[in-house]
Amino acid sequence: MDNATLLDVKDLEVIYTGDGGRVQAVNKIAFELKEKETLGLVGETGAGKTTTALAIMGLLPERNSRVLGGQIFFQDGDLLKKNKNEMRLIRGALISMIFQDPMTALNPVKTVGDQVLESLKIHFAGEMTPAQMNERVDELFTLVGISPNRKKDYPHQFSGGMKQRVVIAIALACEPLLMIADEPTTALDVTIQAQVLALMEELKQKLNMSMIMITHDLGIVAEVCDRVAIMYAGELVESGSAKDFFEGKLHHPYTVGLLGALPSLTNHARRLSPISGLMPDPTQLPAGCKFHPRCPHSMPICEQEAPYIYKSGGHQIACHLMRDQEGGN
Amino acid sequence: MEKIIETKGLNKYFKVSGGRWLHAVDGIDLSIPLGHTLGVVGESGCGKSTLGRLIASLLEPTAGEILFKGQSMLGQGSKSQKEYRRNVQMIFQDPYSSLDPRMSTFELIAEPLRRYKVHQSKADLVNIVVDLMRTVGLDLRFINSYPHEMDGGRRQRIGVARALALNPEFVVCDEPVSALDVSIQAQILNLLMDLQEERNLSYMFITHDLSVVKHISNEIMVMYLGQCVERTETQKLFAEPLHPYTQGLLAAIPLPELRENKKRVLLRGEVTDPIDPQPGCRFYKRCEHARPQCIAGPVAMTEARPGHFVACVLYQNDDSGGRNEESHA
Amino acid sequence: MSTATLDSYSAEMVRIRKKSRFGETWVRFRKNKTALIGLVLFSLILAIVIFADLIVPYQASMDQVIKDRLQAPSPAHLLGTDNYGRDIFARLVHGSRNSLLVGLGAVAIGITIGGLLGSVSGYFGGFIDNLIVRFTDTIMCIPLMLLVLTIVAALGTSLVNVLLAMMIANVPTYTRIVRSAILPVTSMDYIEAARASGSSNLQIIFSHILPNAIGPIIVQATMAVGTMIINAASISFLGMGIQPPTPEWGAMLNEAKQYMLQYPYMVIFPGLAIGITALSLNLMGDGLRDALDPRLKD
Repeated sequence: MDNATLLDVKDLEVIYTGDGGRVQAVNKIAFELKEKETLGLVGETGAGKTTTALAIMGLLPERNSRVLGGQIFFQDGDLLKKNKNEMRLIRGALISMIFQDPMTALNPVKTVGDQVLESLKIHFAGEMTPAQMNERVDELFTLVGISPNRKKDYPHQFSGGMKQRVVIAIALACEPLLMIADEPTTALDVTIQAQVLALMEELKQKLNMSMIMITHDLGIVAEVCDRVAIMYAGELVESGSAKDFFEGKLHHPYTVGLLGALPSLTNHARRLSPISGLMPDPTQLPAGCKFHPRCPHSMPICEQEAPYIYKSGGHQIACHLMRDQEGGN
Repeated sequence: MEKIIETKGLNKYFKVSGGRWLHAVDGIDLSIPLGHTLGVVGESGCGKSTLGRLIASLLEPTAGEILFKGQSMLGQGSKSQKEYRRNVQMIFQDPYSSLDPRMSTFELIAEPLRRYKVHQSKADLVNIVVDLMRTVGLDLRFINSYPHEMDGGRRQRIGVARALALNPEFVVCDEPVSALDVSIQAQILNLLMDLQEERNLSYMFITHDLSVVKHISNEIMVMYLGQCVERTETQKLFAEPLHPYTQGLLAAIPLPELRENKKRVLLRGEVTDPIDPQPGCRFYKRCEHARPQCIAGPVAMTEARPGHFVACVLYQNDDSGGRNEESHA
Repeated sequence: MSTATLDSYSAEMVRIRKKSRFGETWVRFRKNKTALIGLVLFSLILAIVIFADLIVPYQASMDQVIKDRLQAPSPAHLLGTDNYGRDIFARLVHGSRNSLLVGLGAVAIGITIGGLLGSVSGYFGGFIDNLIVRFTDTIMCIPLMLLVLTIVAALGTSLVNVLLAMMIANVPTYTRIVRSAILPVTSMDYIEAARASGSSNLQIIFSHILPNAIGPIIVQATMAVGTMIINAASISFLGMGIQPPTPEWGAMLNEAKQYMLQYPYMVIFPGLAIGITALSLNLMGDGLRDALDPRLKD
């Protein structure tokens, strides 16, 4: 019944080193991703979601970032222990990533067909003939809903939504096991977003692929994600299945704040209830629970000790308020 | 009720290569009662930003007129335009590019005050700026900070303070929260609503986000490719969206709740540019109810339900109330 | 809190910060080692220009002592003597005035006029922009030196005419530089916001456009001074500029060219002077641009 675990992140710690000193970007986060599962990684700007994704891909900027600790188990090995060449072979072929802005993700001076082909050439040069590769490119275009006749067109001849489809085609070229999508629809109109999301769902089913969907939009999470993980100031504050999240009774105060702050079609209150204050400056993180300065329920212990981890089934919440709940550590 | 802003047959065409014309705004008639908010909704290319700039007098209309409290702005000289600006101000979308990076908070807010010589002395000027900062909830310690030293939410508060500096009666809000994180969005929206109550302001609230506009608007106007396709009170629009585009738009929004049946009506196709458009409905190509009637001639705006106007052949015979508003196509 | 206290408190805050704005720029500039080196070098050169008479009497640069001609550097003549027996050191020191005057002057005037034209062109766009761009295109087709030489030939050789010629020749370049620095700024939202705040076109150009476009303009300007000095020197070298016996670095090179192989010091020292001056200006310009930009961190 249970699918095998595809990705297992344990105690991941990433820092950025600038001339201002050290900045803790990701602080000991841990989560699992099973095969054919979509995990929604949710958080606001600066929460550390993109850093996490880059760490998995081995794309963290060398100059000013460092992985301090942790493991990222994928298939048989720890990605953090692999060297550059090994990671290069994995990227694109086993794990691929798509980024937020389709406008800048494509090379303006190469045809879209060539850009998809590039991915195939890098990984399958010895194993596929040029004819086979071309066929595959056609397949991919059809898969993402673009006519293969447009292979020879340039990016500027496509609209935003179509560009994003090309980007998806490139990411899928080598049939990766895991796709990381970093806010893939933020730059798109809502009706186009709906099309792209539907496409991603369809592809996930067809290709038996797992996906990590990074987003700040809880609506998207409800639409496409099986599991949800909420990040705040570099830490995971809550994670669980989509059901735990949208229908469960217990939540981290930040989650409650996020859900309450959403102007939504179903929320009929005239005034919204935003979370007061701002996410902390990463160079000056509060002690104890990172959220306590903004939390309406904060207690003295929140400032002193790291949050209590409550676990119940697949649902995990890092909050001292959960101490009295059943389930526990 | 007195109308603060009205437009009659407002057009804005831009010349594009090849001697053709881009119909950015086409035949817009609207009226906003004092103290009300008109939400203008649409996706990219629909002309809502252009409309906002026309009303804020940052663009000259190609045809049609704008009335402020019954007075036409047509053919007025620069002096009366300056007077108009006292009454009609604008909040811009991008808190990053709408603030001069070389000016401090103080200087940014003081600019309109200086131009209109609202203050008697330097101390007076500082007082007014401090007052405005308090009004928008901007901590005084940022008075000498530069935009890049502050986050998006604070920068947008500067934008609001600047817009309020001259005590306008009408403010055009061009996607004021789109570039902000969810929790900050809620703060700014609440601020705008509070200000409206305190100062009896009227707003034109431009956005692509239907869930945001629902909270803040009394009436909503849906635009598509330069034309108004539907206009009515907020509750009526959400209760019964009439125009197929509105229906598609609403259906495309991902809701933050789990639904069993995830099948949604998806609009096919892409938004095109309204360059030298054909007469008739511009939504024709994407509409599932399309029929020859749609492009036979201009589609008039009819009052399909009381107080609910729509430009669609499906409702041509539902005209209640006998008021027929022409829409130029 | 009473309004009176708030008044004085805030007025204080605003006033203090305004003063330190320049201080801030200076602090940032100071941190840049190469910029500081440029500044020090240029200050040295400037000091030489200003205090030339105190360093060495003018006469020393003009006195021809034939029996002492073509002497290598020695305690008596720090940098040697030229073919007329004039002390090279003295000529370098006094020549600095002429060289720098032409360089700085040409750029200063060129940028002012070019800046104005470029601002109008970039800000208003449309027909005016087209007109100005075509006009500058035409003039820029002519190689700079050729243009300058033609003007000087027409007007006669003298310091003033060289200045005039340089100025005319480089106004088009600055027009385009300023224009391209301004174009991205013009399309920014904050320009529209300034219009919405009631600013007139002139106010927008001076309060918003120029301060933001000034970065690339300053860098270009300081580097251009070096180039202009070299150009002026080139003109004098060709014999069309400042005439002997007036000391000027380029003219000195001209006079030295026939003695280049046997008496290289006659060429090396003026050449170094030109090179170091241009270098110091370049270093300063880069540093200034970085220091002026409040977004230095990014």
